[in-house]
Amino acid sequence: MKKRKPLAENAALISLLASIMSILIGLLIGFIVLLIVNPGAAVEGMAAMLGTGFSSPDKFGKVLYQAAPLLLCGLSVGFAFQTGLFNIGASGQYTIGAFFALYGAIVFQLPWWACLLLAMVGGAFWGIFPGLFKAFFNVNEVITSIMFNWIAMYLVNLLIANTPMILASAWGATNSDRTAALAAANPGAILPQGYILARLFGGSTWINISIVIAILAAIVIWFVLVKTTFGYELKAVGNSKEAARYAGINANRCVIQSMVIAGALAGLAGGLYYLAGTVQYVLEKSVLAMGFNGIPVALLANSNPLGTIFSALFVSYIQVGGSSMQPNFSSESVDIIISVIIYLAAFALLMRHIIVKLLAKKKERRAKA
Amino acid sequence: MKVAEDYVIEMLHITKEFPGIKANDDVTLQLKRGEIHALLGENGAGKSTLMSVLFGLYQPERGVIKKNGQEVKINDPNDANRLGIGMVHQHFKLVECFTVLDNIILGVEETKHGFLRHDEARKKVLALSEKYGLKVDPDALIEDISVGMQQRVEILKMLYRDNEILIFDEPTAVLTPQEIDELMEIMRGFKKEGKSILFITHKMAEIMAVADRCTVLRKGKGIGTVEIKGMTPQSLSKMMVGHDVQLKVDKKPAKPGAAVLEVRDLVVPSRQHRNNAVRGVSFDARAGEILCIAGIDGNGQTELIYGIAGLEKVTGGTIRLQGKDITNARIRERSKAGMSHIPEDRHKHGLVLDYTLEKNLVLQRYWQPFFQTRGIIRQGTVREFSEQLIKDYDVRSGRGPVTIVRTMSGGNQQKAIIAREINKDPALLVAVQPTRGLDVGAIEYIHKQLVAQRDAGKAVLLVSLELEEVMNLSDRILVLYEGEIVGEFDPKKTNVQELGIYMAGAKRQGAGGKEAAK
Repeated sequence: MKKRKPLAENAALISLLASIMSILIGLLIGFIVLLIVNPGAAVEGMAAMLGTGFSSPDKFGKVLYQAAPLLLCGLSVGFAFQTGLFNIGASGQYTIGAFFALYGAIVFQLPWWACLLLAMVGGAFWGIFPGLFKAFFNVNEVITSIMFNWIAMYLVNLLIANTPMILASAWGATNSDRTAALAAANPGAILPQGYILARLFGGSTWINISIVIAILAAIVIWFVLVKTTFGYELKAVGNSKEAARYAGINANRCVIQSMVIAGALAGLAGGLYYLAGTVQYVLEKSVLAMGFNGIPVALLANSNPLGTIFSALFVSYIQVGGSSMQPNFSSESVDIIISVIIYLAAFALLMRHIIVKLLAKKKERRAKA
Repeated sequence: MKVAEDYVIEMLHITKEFPGIKANDDVTLQLKRGEIHALLGENGAGKSTLMSVLFGLYQPERGVIKKNGQEVKINDPNDANRLGIGMVHQHFKLVECFTVLDNIILGVEETKHGFLRHDEARKKVLALSEKYGLKVDPDALIEDISVGMQQRVEILKMLYRDNEILIFDEPTAVLTPQEIDELMEIMRGFKKEGKSILFITHKMAEIMAVADRCTVLRKGKGIGTVEIKGMTPQSLSKMMVGHDVQLKVDKKPAKPGAAVLEVRDLVVPSRQHRNNAVRGVSFDARAGEILCIAGIDGNGQTELIYGIAGLEKVTGGTIRLQGKDITNARIRERSKAGMSHIPEDRHKHGLVLDYTLEKNLVLQRYWQPFFQTRGIIRQGTVREFSEQLIKDYDVRSGRGPVTIVRTMSGGNQQKAIIAREINKDPALLVAVQPTRGLDVGAIEYIHKQLVAQRDAGKAVLLVSLELEEVMNLSDRILVLYEGEIVGEFDPKKTNVQELGIYMAGAKRQGAGGKEAAK
């Protein structure tokens, strides 16, 4: 007979419990914010936020579609975390990945899978710089990658604006501030819906295989980190660079490899988002938020690649719900509420601490009794 | 009633459990007013846990603490402070970028309109420092002062808070012999003032020198409290370990064979200053002998070993291991060529502290075909292998192979490193201060292992700062002074005094250690 572990010693269960409790508290406070902003529509708004994602196959398709790039950005940040690096440059890598994918799709007329590969190459290329600077000059990767976010954004703006062929105006549309719609420029670059997914989500325009690719990526990253000597080396460097060096691990090489992989993941995210055929890349004035949203996704999952799948779905679900709260709530207040919920959800660690303490107290009382 | 009042602090029947281990099991400790009370025990015996309970860092599951006969509850270090209990931790708790004065007043700052009042604090600190002979520079930054002075700052912190019960957790582990003597004198001064001292250590000589009474812990249990008068180091060791301990290493004469490691004119730069830390060192380490590098700390031992092990680039000379030139080889290549290295700093180099024990035990060989197929770690093999090592080397931990190494005691961490490095079956075993900070039982064990390696025909290169260890263990001694070898000795034909003269640089053999190169 298998003995049941007491709750106090079941770390996984406590973690799960802590995550759920912090999400609930986040929703509660989010609701209070709703009450303050617009008391009349608060209940309705909350219901929209919590219900929309499941309200129709189309909406759920949208949740999955947005979850895919979030998941990959979360993986990118989480993977780098596990190897001791804070990749705040996921946004730039994402932007470059998107550009590479769109360039491949529109200018070179490549099929979608080749464009995704290009996106990964682009992201990896952008990730290698912070890695090189960190490895050889010990420049903090946070500073380098923040700079590279801005460089990426303006560079892509510049390149798109100066490549007439990639603009929408070259493909029968009038606007020249965005890339061409893929349906007009190269339908072969649009991600396939996938036979089963298309059936499941009937009419959804959002659904495509991106979520499958993202989940596969999460499983691969988990496998690499947990099961391989490569992951063993990367995490050893992340935990203690000196000890890794002592063990004959080439720490500098690991730092670079880690940033390249993190960059490739974020780049793939950019590719998946823009190859769906539903969005066009519009010339930006500020760094894209998707890469940064990867940070809470990774934190929420405690950088665990498999946990990232769920945290990305959660964040995406809240975002889709939030967008349906307009016009009762302005898009700014929706963003505030989403932030509050995600922010509090990231308190899982604190909750965990509290739960452990409570359990210990309970045990103490029982011991006394 | 009268009897109870004799004790300033009583810890009665304290039990403290951690997952998988009872760190304190019904331990009682009673501290008399104005005595120096030693707390003796092996690593992992529960000394630090007991003191952390007294200092309010842990809450015991059972047991009471009394001050002057009154039961008290100590929930955090602030409570301890209010009760007049102060502690000097083994690893100092100082803010590196603050001045000495700021560190001393940290937490009890006097302010006026929100501004710090440094002048009065300075007066008080200077007065205290004068009174007890604790020399410090109040305006120096912590990061710039020596370890000995940092400790004096910690002591001043306690005095500044008018603590009368002073806990010293392994205070001598980081000090030079002279500093240790000074500390002993300071402790006697406190005693004269009527302060009570709890002194955690596992060094017999220190207990014999200053302590009045001694409480012994073994594996979490209180073995007893004894008057130091009438005890000998041997009888104390026996109480601590539970069986007779050989303080002297028992070994047969060495049978040196061929040179395993050949170092010629080695030059290694220094990280601290612009000069070279190692300046043209030449020697051979032969199979079947323990060659010891002796010297006062900071004379190039660390850099010499870094150069040999590949942690630091050498700028001159050659290193050959079993005939193979490894002067510029990668660390992994050196390891493959037959070098094992028990590093000086087990936390920095020896272990990945947040990895499990089993992962640490394969740190030097996870890449070998035995442990992986096509880059995928064979978890089952790793588990079996580590369980065997844990058993063979008696590495104790809370949860076996899956224990996070950070949570293990220092002695067991060191045992894990030694198990890993010896199990590699190296031709050359480099051991740098392998017994630092360890208790008698563990030291005895490690010494035996090193001798066993020698007897198995390995070359052992030992770096030690403890002259007793050097004399006991080595077959040949090289003295390093300012990065040069100044003498070679046969431990049977020399003594500590003679070594000391060479270590201090007052004398050297021939020109630049000519004999040593032979």
